[in-house]
Amino acid sequence: MAGVGGGNDFQWCFSQVKGAIDEDVAEADIISTVEFNYSGELLATGDKGGRVVIFQREQESKNRPHSRGEYNVYSTFQSHEPEFDYLKSLEIEEKINKIRWLPQQNAAHSLLSTNDKTIKLWKISQRDKRAEGYNLKDEDGRLRDPFRITSLRVPVLLPMDRMVEASPRRIFANAHTYHINSISVNSDHETYLSADDLRVNLWHLEITDRSFNIVDIKPANMEELTEVITAAECHPHQCNVFVYSSSKGTIRLCDMRAAALCDRQSKFFEEPEDPSSRSFFSEIISSISDVKFSHSGRYMMTRDYLSVKVWDLNMENRPVETYQVHEYLRSKLCSLYENDCIFDKFECCWNGADSAIMTGSYNNFFRMFDRNTRRDITLEASRENSKPRAILKARKVSTGGKRKKDEISVDSLDFNKKILHTAWHPKENVIAVAATNNLYIFQDKIN
Amino acid sequence: MINTTECAVDAQSLISISLRKIHNSRTQRGGIKLHKNLLVSYVLRNARQVYMNEKYAEIYRMQQYEEVMTVCNEIQELNPLDLAEDCEEQRGDCCGNGGVSEPASLCCALLPVSQLVAVQSAHMQPPSACSAPLSLQSDEVCKETEPSFYQSCCAEAYPVSNCEFSPVNNLHCNKTTVLDLDTHVVTTVENGYLHQDCCASLQQCCQGAQYSGKKRKVDFEYYISDIEEVPDFTPCKRAKFEDCSYANSEHLDTSNISNLISIFGSGFSGLVSRQADIEQALALNGQFCSKQALSSLGAMTRAIVAF
Repeated sequence: MAGVGGGNDFQWCFSQVKGAIDEDVAEADIISTVEFNYSGELLATGDKGGRVVIFQREQESKNRPHSRGEYNVYSTFQSHEPEFDYLKSLEIEEKINKIRWLPQQNAAHSLLSTNDKTIKLWKISQRDKRAEGYNLKDEDGRLRDPFRITSLRVPVLLPMDRMVEASPRRIFANAHTYHINSISVNSDHETYLSADDLRVNLWHLEITDRSFNIVDIKPANMEELTEVITAAECHPHQCNVFVYSSSKGTIRLCDMRAAALCDRQSKFFEEPEDPSSRSFFSEIISSISDVKFSHSGRYMMTRDYLSVKVWDLNMENRPVETYQVHEYLRSKLCSLYENDCIFDKFECCWNGADSAIMTGSYNNFFRMFDRNTRRDITLEASRENSKPRAILKARKVSTGGKRKKDEISVDSLDFNKKILHTAWHPKENVIAVAATNNLYIFQDKIN
Repeated sequence: MINTTECAVDAQSLISISLRKIHNSRTQRGGIKLHKNLLVSYVLRNARQVYMNEKYAEIYRMQQYEEVMTVCNEIQELNPLDLAEDCEEQRGDCCGNGGVSEPASLCCALLPVSQLVAVQSAHMQPPSACSAPLSLQSDEVCKETEPSFYQSCCAEAYPVSNCEFSPVNNLHCNKTTVLDLDTHVVTTVENGYLHQDCCASLQQCCQGAQYSGKKRKVDFEYYISDIEEVPDFTPCKRAKFEDCSYANSEHLDTSNISNLISIFGSGFSGLVSRQADIEQALALNGQFCSKQALSSLGAMTRAIVAF
């Protein structure tokens, strides 16, 4: 079976699943963000309960050469707590909206996690050695009387059980009136941006009491509001360039060298709307839910409700590629509006080589598109396909009247099982797919 | 032009669903989601446009029909025995059966060609005209509580028993200039033919049809004053300590909430404060609230996001 992501013999296999098996899903356990770090060694998830769970890949063992390293829990900590804004009488949710890893600069790992209002920088460090043989204190920590010390010794490092601790090193608060939807670390490794519905702020990682507002689309009269910012990202190589997407389906690329306030974009990406496809919900389905630069920095990808579009940064008037994720939902928009599914914000991601893209859908389906071969595949994250190294079978949704065997009809789709968050290992064909409260890890099986 | 064929849910249902979503969003955890409510307001606007288009088309057809009947009545005076029956039949068909496939042959034969076309089109789509009485009943309730500005033309358009429009009203509707506050498009309606967006012209036309000229001018001035209202506050946009900048700029939000209430008037307060009305509205399939909202949706689609 032809696969997506690398060659005709490529196939995806089940590797692991994390999370409870219970049918009753606690709201707090729903995964709200997934992110690999720069090396792919660590995989972080955030959930609606404000917790962050970090998985670490085990080193490949010689005993089982065919099985890649598995991801096991490395650290778990409570990143955000529910808060209450007394001035506005608003509860601030603890849900983790985004996690972004910082480049590793020493033995410790750092990441940024954010809820609706506050961004935190966490340092995750591990200790697997401890020192013994101090001169000035006993083994239990009590100070020794200096007059009783008759000899000196050099403390030695002894191995201990690995202890991972996460500590909040910076808290970036009180800079956003509206709900934060994005954070993005800049390529200079010193600054990062955060975006809410109407503003984008630029921070320095070391400075918490000050941030620069670089985009402000709030109109003087709120009644004139026509669009909001939905996502923002820094360019992977050019530290002066960033993009932000809007609810109107447009993307603006800004150059911070041009002005302190980047209200005037350098580039404006918009595809003209097809007037024949106009419906009550045209504005909703054109709203961009995610924007991601390619690793090369030459392309960017946007996700709206029904499609994924790849844009060449040098061409503003239309995308270079458009992939339909679940076009069969176009005739169901009324129902999806009633049950609020039309407001779901799907994310998208590139593979390391920028040759394939992945995004989620309903019924625990997720889709992959190979940009070179133009092949696409629909796979399912389910417990039924959870045998180790089981090959994932391609799924198909029948749109016509006659349903073939193994196809599923549109009306049978479970819209409560949605895959909003996916991540692709930066170097290898390993993917992490968040299905409600479970995290599935799939990897390739090279024939 | 919105393609509504794919959607089985009609515009009215969408409006009531959208209003319910906006109402529910106020009690959701985490505060009001600006993005979602903005998108809902777009659906409201689209549904309103379709709804108003349909209503306007109905009224236009009724106008044409009434013109025909007026001519028929005039002709009746010439030959009361022969023509009265035919015209009564046609009128009864339109208002009673809800399904007329043949035009009023005798009346049409006496009409100029342009009016004949209009009458034919009116008769080809009679159900909407005859379904008006059902919506009228809830409109009657709305009429009592709404301020005059917000009355939709549909409330006064055609009582069940009397399908006539006065010639004076027709003259009012012959040429009307309206400024649409959402799109800032100036629309001129001449002889019942629409040049641009018909939503605002529909309101203006029928408000003019029912009220004195002076009052209509007041309505227009209301809209004009709304446009000219320029806030004298400009949000600070320099890089600065965020604490003090937000203390200033967000003051505008709280003052906008009072503007919101004043714009909505009784329609919005009926939606938010009176729980019993909401339950009744939901029982009536949302028609109560939607009717109130429809007439003031020009401000509503913007004001919804002003929080």
